[in-house]
Amino acid sequence: MKMEMTGAEMVLEALKDQGVEHLFGYPGGAVLPIYDEIFKQKQIKHILVRHEQGAVHAAEGYSRSTGKVGCVLVTSGPGATNAVTGLADALMDSIPIVCITGQVPTHLIGNDAFQECDTVGITRPATKHNYLVKNVDDLPRVLHEAFYVAANGRPGPVVVDIPKDVQFAKGMYERPKNAEHKTYRPRLKGDPDKIRAAVELIAKAKRPVFYTGGGIINAGASELLREFVRLTGYPITSTLMGLGSYPASDRQWLGMLGMHGTYEANWAMHDCDVMICLGARFDDRITGRVDAFSPGSKKIHVDIDASSINKNVHVDIGIVGDCANVITDMLAVWRQMNAQPDKAALAGWWKQIETWRARKSLSYRKSDDIIKPQYAIQRLYELTRDKDVYITTEVGQHQMWAAQFFKFEDPRRWMTSGGLGTMGYGLPAAVGVQMAHPGSLVIDIAGEASVQMTMQEMSTAAQYHLPIKIFILNNQYMGMVRQWQELLHGGRYSESYSESLPDFVKLAEAYRGVGIRCEKPADLDAAILEMINVDKPVIFDCMVDQNENCYPMIPSGRPHNEMILGDSGENIEDAISEEGKMLV
Amino acid sequence: MSTTPIPASTSHYPAAPASQKSEPHTLSVLVDNEPGVLARVIGLFSGRGYNIDSLTVSETEHEKHVSRITIVTRGTPMVIEQIKNQLERLIPIHRVIDVTLTGQAIEHELALIKVQGTGDQRAHALRIANDFDARVVDDTTESFVFEISGATEKIERCVAALLPVGLIEVSRSGIVAITRGVAEM
Repeated sequence: MKMEMTGAEMVLEALKDQGVEHLFGYPGGAVLPIYDEIFKQKQIKHILVRHEQGAVHAAEGYSRSTGKVGCVLVTSGPGATNAVTGLADALMDSIPIVCITGQVPTHLIGNDAFQECDTVGITRPATKHNYLVKNVDDLPRVLHEAFYVAANGRPGPVVVDIPKDVQFAKGMYERPKNAEHKTYRPRLKGDPDKIRAAVELIAKAKRPVFYTGGGIINAGASELLREFVRLTGYPITSTLMGLGSYPASDRQWLGMLGMHGTYEANWAMHDCDVMICLGARFDDRITGRVDAFSPGSKKIHVDIDASSINKNVHVDIGIVGDCANVITDMLAVWRQMNAQPDKAALAGWWKQIETWRARKSLSYRKSDDIIKPQYAIQRLYELTRDKDVYITTEVGQHQMWAAQFFKFEDPRRWMTSGGLGTMGYGLPAAVGVQMAHPGSLVIDIAGEASVQMTMQEMSTAAQYHLPIKIFILNNQYMGMVRQWQELLHGGRYSESYSESLPDFVKLAEAYRGVGIRCEKPADLDAAILEMINVDKPVIFDCMVDQNENCYPMIPSGRPHNEMILGDSGENIEDAISEEGKMLV
Repeated sequence: MSTTPIPASTSHYPAAPASQKSEPHTLSVLVDNEPGVLARVIGLFSGRGYNIDSLTVSETEHEKHVSRITIVTRGTPMVIEQIKNQLERLIPIHRVIDVTLTGQAIEHELALIKVQGTGDQRAHALRIANDFDARVVDDTTESFVFEISGATEKIERCVAALLPVGLIEVSRSGIVAITRGVAEM
């Protein structure tokens, strides 16, 4: 059934038909007709952010914690350009977002009109796809298509740019019909022959390792993965993005791998004979030096995005497909073959892994005088582990410590900016998560530098009574920058000191929240419990050791088996070659 | 556990394996003819650091609004595979065919060549054009415009031959390609 309505009405109608309940946005001249429609209805709740970047990060947090498409509405020009960082972040981390942007009226496009920018041009490389809708009759189809493209295949952000005259124009609205796109048909089922070959290889492995990533979470394949991993008895590690897809308390779990991954995870990757990569993409933070990456292994790679396969690392079996489908098929083949892992080989492999594990690569020197950042995360984890908790992070040392010391048992509990590494992600993401899960405990593990990039969203949290907890590991440095300057630039801490920090307790109070400061390890537990029990936004200023570095670490230009441990005593500056210093 | 000795390079990022050679490939890309589709394709090449040796585009199926983009690029087999996969990821793209891999595809281009001259030089230019099956499409007392089509190599030879006899300007279409035989792409 078709209904006549204005473009602005169509936007609200389409959002409702797509099941949208929350919309993060900021009004402006070119989206006023849409805001007028928002005013006239109650079904969709609009959350007014304080900066458009915050709107996209909030929608990302909302999406990652629920599995739904996150929705954003911003105005033309600066509204759109401010959203770009969030869009690029969502693209790198495969988060489904639909971002509607206002545009100047069609007859003014290209005239350098007030608040005009080439939104589709600017966002083209920062989105999975984008549209400029010049005719109101195209609007319903484009809006429905935008949701389909954002959510299907490898998820990602989609921008729909709507000129103001199109928002006023009348046309015929149509409800979404078939859930298909005329050209975009992502491949979901893996090639059966390759799946069989992969399972045969997996069954014969003597030193196997599962290497999993965010694709498991996007595919909703966490349960299937657990079944497969337990069936085989093989060790498993995961990327930053994949944390929570396998329970961290399980014996087969090796911890995170990569630049700041555990000793056992990285050594297992280096020495394995069969690598089973599911929904991860061989990112440079994972592989370390590519020409020395896991030199003796056969590699299986399952990814929904064909362009991820053989991009960084050549693999022996590349399977294009959705992880849930492929693992289901793998399980079927495994059972049908009545495959039996090589018990003797596996026992030897586990024995080797246990010796690496015994190295206790995450250990750090405890202190009674000063709060060690690792200790702070550990206590935060232990005091919240029986709660319904969601963690977001900013980017830097605190993010890596959170990944190392906070143990996740379930998917969609961990929201972090992995690919783009966006400082300022965590606070607005927490706003989005809390919006989706009003009764849950939502904590942004932050650094004092990152959090200032989007601090204004405290005001959003206050407005909507979102009791998010911002747990700042305050070392008065851009810690990761400082660490790299120590390692690579002779300890010349150029511009990495957090000068003139605000009083975070007063800042929290200024935003009508609660501020808590903690400076001594002995006070930490009580302070954390106080934080948990406050039903308001909290800024927790945790003063930590300024000089602590994040270990283990694979230095730039080194392979997995040459990682540096916190207590190794190796002179780190000597550990990085001149060429290594060139790398990021 | 054994570890393999590590070669001298310290690159953190993947480098093309030395055994793989860079080679030219011609890709036929079928796309929806909608605004911005060419910008997507070109943006992908520049953004990811791929080369474009030549590029042509035109609508080929009007009712379906389907265009065909023919791109000549170069890279190692791994990079070419990557380019193909990256192109196929773009939403308005129907299909990408590596016509170089299909073998024996026809890859032709068209050139318009302006030659200035009088007297003997003019007659000489006309003879050369005849030798290359080039057609005269414009003719004044002191100039010709020749139209020539065919393989790139033939056009290169024709241009080289005309250079000493007054060639002043060349405009070339870039390569368009189609497979031989009855099979569609």
